[in-house]
Amino acid sequence: MSNPQQLRYSKEHEWLSATEDGVATVGITEFAANALGDVVYADLPDVGATVTAGETCGELESTKSVSDLYSPVSGEVVEANQDVVDDPSLVNSAPFTGGWLFKVRVAEEPGDLLSADEYTEFAGS
Amino acid sequence: MSNTPRHTALDALHRSLGATMTDFAGWDMPLRYGSERDEHTAVRTRAGLFDLSHMGEITVTGPQAVDLLNYALVGNIGSVGTGRARYTMICQADGGILDDLIVYRLQDQEFMVVANAGNAQVVLDALTERAAGFDAQVRDDRDAYALIAVQGPESPGILKSVTDADLDGLKYYAGLPGTVAGVPALIARTGYTGEDGFELFVAPEHAEKLWRALTEAGAPAGLVPCGLSCRDTLRLEAGMPLYGHELTTALTPFDAGLGRVVKFDKTSHADDFVGADALRAAAERAEAAPPRKLVGLVAEGRRVPRAGMSVVADGTVIGEVTSGAPSPTLGKPIAMAYVDAAHAAPGTPGVGVDIRGTHEPYEVVALPFYKRQK
Repeated sequence: MSNPQQLRYSKEHEWLSATEDGVATVGITEFAANALGDVVYADLPDVGATVTAGETCGELESTKSVSDLYSPVSGEVVEANQDVVDDPSLVNSAPFTGGWLFKVRVAEEPGDLLSADEYTEFAGS
Repeated sequence: MSNTPRHTALDALHRSLGATMTDFAGWDMPLRYGSERDEHTAVRTRAGLFDLSHMGEITVTGPQAVDLLNYALVGNIGSVGTGRARYTMICQADGGILDDLIVYRLQDQEFMVVANAGNAQVVLDALTERAAGFDAQVRDDRDAYALIAVQGPESPGILKSVTDADLDGLKYYAGLPGTVAGVPALIARTGYTGEDGFELFVAPEHAEKLWRALTEAGAPAGLVPCGLSCRDTLRLEAGMPLYGHELTTALTPFDAGLGRVVKFDKTSHADDFVGADALRAAAERAEAAPPRKLVGLVAEGRRVPRAGMSVVADGTVIGEVTSGAPSPTLGKPIAMAYVDAAHAAPGTPGVGVDIRGTHEPYEVVALPFYKRQK
């Protein structure tokens, strides 16, 4: 698998897009999606909620387990992906595209996000 | 047990298929090859191929093999005909379940006991100890067999294409020696999926040849390799217990709703089989004042119950989830749980599961969740 170069990554296996008009998109990596197995339920943060970098903001439930969803940045949630709520398998089939999770108006970005190459090495993928 | 996981004879093949591996009872086993839900659906609608070589085979032979098994196990093994199999249990003297087993009568004086991987040593030790004084031998055959299962509605047709054995004459819970894909095998019509299917016990050196032959023979029918993840959701939908979840040493077979496997009327050793006295008391207790009962729960929402979560009613804990998963067949989360008898009737209102602090509503249903159309 390859991790898109234009994204940045957290050690909790979330990806963060470049900001556009102050808003960035968040999802989980293909590595994380594969590790979870089939995602059957996505509990995403509500629009308007404040998320904090490195803190839990939702859950992804798969056949075998439930995993906390961590936000890679701090800010206000401006959109949650209703397509993923309706069909959580999008997280598995298109983790970097149609399976994005939420969009956030970035207030503060942690300094320790990884580049694609750094994340690839970190995940051993 | 050492920390180094054991590998089955098919280990390299699983890796070449891209399997996600998991530690299970000290074995490195395939969890899934691709999507576990697709694997589940394949077994329900077509066929799936499983490596179950972690299961523990123990051979019992000798003139008093029947007497030993009647004494050591809760079932009436004397009534099992040659070529047939029986689901049974081995209990402690206090009636607690040590393991659930399938016993195959291979010949008049030869039986194969198949134990769960995590309990195989315990079962071997117990049988060996209980064999004292019997003219019977207990042999550890865990390394003598690989076990490959082909399960699903297409499995008879797939297996027929690679064997001359009389599969039509092979009933559910029967086993016969034969040749499959040129390999000598014990062919058993057993499984843990709720579907028709077969379990093939072969020498480990023949496992890869058999796996490849079944893969090829099954491809036109849509057979796919399947991991332990879908095996768990398949058995859960079929309402089948899993040791360590629905069955433990803290429970008797009667507590688990499986009192039918205990036979007080045996062909031998009816009065003095291990656990007999405690099990008689457990049977009376289950009749008069049943403790918790094993029930099915079906979610009204989408959050998935997991083993160990509390079952609640009116803010009070009334039970505990033993197994839970999203059911691919029902399209909803399901669980098995032990609940207080007062809340065990199907349709009992107001029952929920405490999922990380939120009481999610659940419907109490009778088991199983899924029964195949015959």
